[in-house]
Amino acid sequence: MILTSASPATLLQRLSAAAQWLTSPLLPDDYLGLINPLWGAGELCGRVEAVDAETSDAATLVIRPGRGWVTHRPGQWIRIGVDIDGRRHWRTFSLSSAPGRSDGRVTVTVKAVRGGLVSDYLVRSTAPGTVLRLGLPEGAFVLPEPPPPRLLFVTAGSGITPVMAMLDGLRLDNADGPDVILVHSAPTPADVIFGRRLRNLAARWPRLRLHERHTRSEGRLRPADLARLCPDWTERSLWACGPPAMLDDIAAHWTGPADRLHVERFSLVPTAAGPGGRVRFTRSGREAEAGGETPLLAVGESAGVLMPSGCRMGICYGCVARLRTGQVRDVRTGQVHGEVGDMIQTCVSVAAGPVEIEL
Amino acid sequence: MPATFHSASVDTEEFGRELDKIRDEVLASLGERDAAYIRNLIAVQRKLELGGRALLFASWLPPAWAAGTAALAVAKILENMEIGHNVLHGQWDWMRDPKIHSATWEWDMASPADQWKHSHNFVHHTWTNVLGKDRDIGFSAMRISPEQPWHPIYLAQPFYNALLALFFEYGIAIYDVELERIPSGKKDPKEALTQLRAVLAKIRRQIVKDYVAFPLLAGPAFLPVLLGNLTANMARNVWGHTIIFCGHFPEGAEVFTEDRLESETRGEWYLRQLLGSCNIDGGRLFHIMSGNLSHQIEHHLFPDLPSNRYAEIAPRVRALCERFGLPYTSGSLARQAGSVWRRVLRLALPGPGRPAAGEPPARTLEAAA
Repeated sequence: MILTSASPATLLQRLSAAAQWLTSPLLPDDYLGLINPLWGAGELCGRVEAVDAETSDAATLVIRPGRGWVTHRPGQWIRIGVDIDGRRHWRTFSLSSAPGRSDGRVTVTVKAVRGGLVSDYLVRSTAPGTVLRLGLPEGAFVLPEPPPPRLLFVTAGSGITPVMAMLDGLRLDNADGPDVILVHSAPTPADVIFGRRLRNLAARWPRLRLHERHTRSEGRLRPADLARLCPDWTERSLWACGPPAMLDDIAAHWTGPADRLHVERFSLVPTAAGPGGRVRFTRSGREAEAGGETPLLAVGESAGVLMPSGCRMGICYGCVARLRTGQVRDVRTGQVHGEVGDMIQTCVSVAAGPVEIEL
Repeated sequence: MPATFHSASVDTEEFGRELDKIRDEVLASLGERDAAYIRNLIAVQRKLELGGRALLFASWLPPAWAAGTAALAVAKILENMEIGHNVLHGQWDWMRDPKIHSATWEWDMASPADQWKHSHNFVHHTWTNVLGKDRDIGFSAMRISPEQPWHPIYLAQPFYNALLALFFEYGIAIYDVELERIPSGKKDPKEALTQLRAVLAKIRRQIVKDYVAFPLLAGPAFLPVLLGNLTANMARNVWGHTIIFCGHFPEGAEVFTEDRLESETRGEWYLRQLLGSCNIDGGRLFHIMSGNLSHQIEHHLFPDLPSNRYAEIAPRVRALCERFGLPYTSGSLARQAGSVWRRVLRLALPGPGRPAAGEPPARTLEAAA
């Protein structure tokens, strides 16, 4: 007698394979999703359960992730897909909650960017109950385990969001816990995202020192200010998240070891343009003429190609696709590159002559 | 046959520009309402299918059998026509939802989506009603236009048209493999074999699902469930066959010769689509059940516009045709289907005689100078 005890996972797989004979050509997920979109594993979803205003233009979305969610590390971001006017848009947002909340929920905190379609929609038009598409947590802007003894966070605007998740995860109440300095910039005290929470934390835990920089009255934070607020700043492990100018300043003045400086960029500064070319998407058979300033991602989207996408600023690699022929220009650097089979980031690549993309 | 339509006096390019305007307006206004339409429809279809199959489990009760079979047939028709056909046309690609996209969709039809997209979206919609190019004219098996030369085999076409109606999905699947192009060397037999294997794999899954798995799950109701599923599949086949044949083959639909394709302009393309298609009149529910192929004219003019918009633009297209003095063929289902069957029966026999000298064998349309 041969009896093999199948593990629950393989048993589930077998059941699902058997169920596929009943649901073909669809998947069992497609029917489960009718009852609750969070049950399907094929497409990770999350339901917004609350929207809490943080400032006049920022809000925290409390999201219950569905089946297939993987616990994140504080500081990581996720891709969020949201349907606006019937069209799906993907963007990346940092998770602002510490992992492993007892209610199983996570939060992202979004600041409505001027002219930003998705951020504005999430902050102002998202009601509890909305189902969002989610990507899995990604990103290397995280604290090591265990955290270093002396930390410095330098943030501005919504750059506080990944750091909030880190602070929540740090054992600030522990006497042996790390020594933490947070320098955060915002236009006015009212614009500080998590302002009250941060001030409360700093008041309660002496191991956390908070310096708020109100840029409307005090001007932008300079590396010299940093040295004044925190004389040992280059001896600490530094996590910085904010606008490019601030990050560039910090990187230029950093004299500590390179592996102790961690930077998360939230925006794209295109520099280069060129003549463009004809773009062919080989799998869908669609073609379009592309200017030298339009990213291949946008070219494909307007041609009706199912383009994977994410941050749209060259960070998340959610948009990579295989290059079949031709070369592309990286809009951030102007560098023309590409060999057959390269995986290129379509959101920051423009055609440099005729191009074929495997999509 | 109606009097021959002469388009030489029509400003084809202006007609085309007017149609482009309608198209641009619809594209610019696509939004939440349209997305909600297709999402709701898909949800309704899936619930109907689940409900139908659940009812069939109680099919030892005759009313349950009838209701279950009817629900399943309606679900299968919706799945094929208003959802599958239109999603595969890319009508909903603008939503950028990978779950409702022409690149990822697969349907409950013997034709694998990829093969069908080629033979339908490309071959048929590009070369609509061009003899020798559009294989959909009589589906390469029937004489549906007097311009096709007669052959004794067509004597049997009323019989095999009825057979085709019953087994329509298999007919389409085999037809998509283009077997008739192998002898002339236009089709690689190896490619045909690969396609045939894909078709068989799909047929196998469908047969296992409808005729083995669900009947077995029903236990003692094995036979009624099997018969219910068979009836639903056949009802879907006959309905699809009827609607599709009414779209291109009734009286009034025209066929064209290949020389027309040379340097065909956008306006002329629109005109050919218009003259080769026929609408079927009906209410909202009928249009949905026909996959909006009852708006065959609008569908052929704008194959990638979402089908829920066809009814809205139909009056405008019709008014445009009136303004340009162009025919807009439309009739009730009974009239159009009757017309199709009259053609199938009449053209099974030789003739009608060649057109009078001086008249072209098939209409050759020229743009207005």
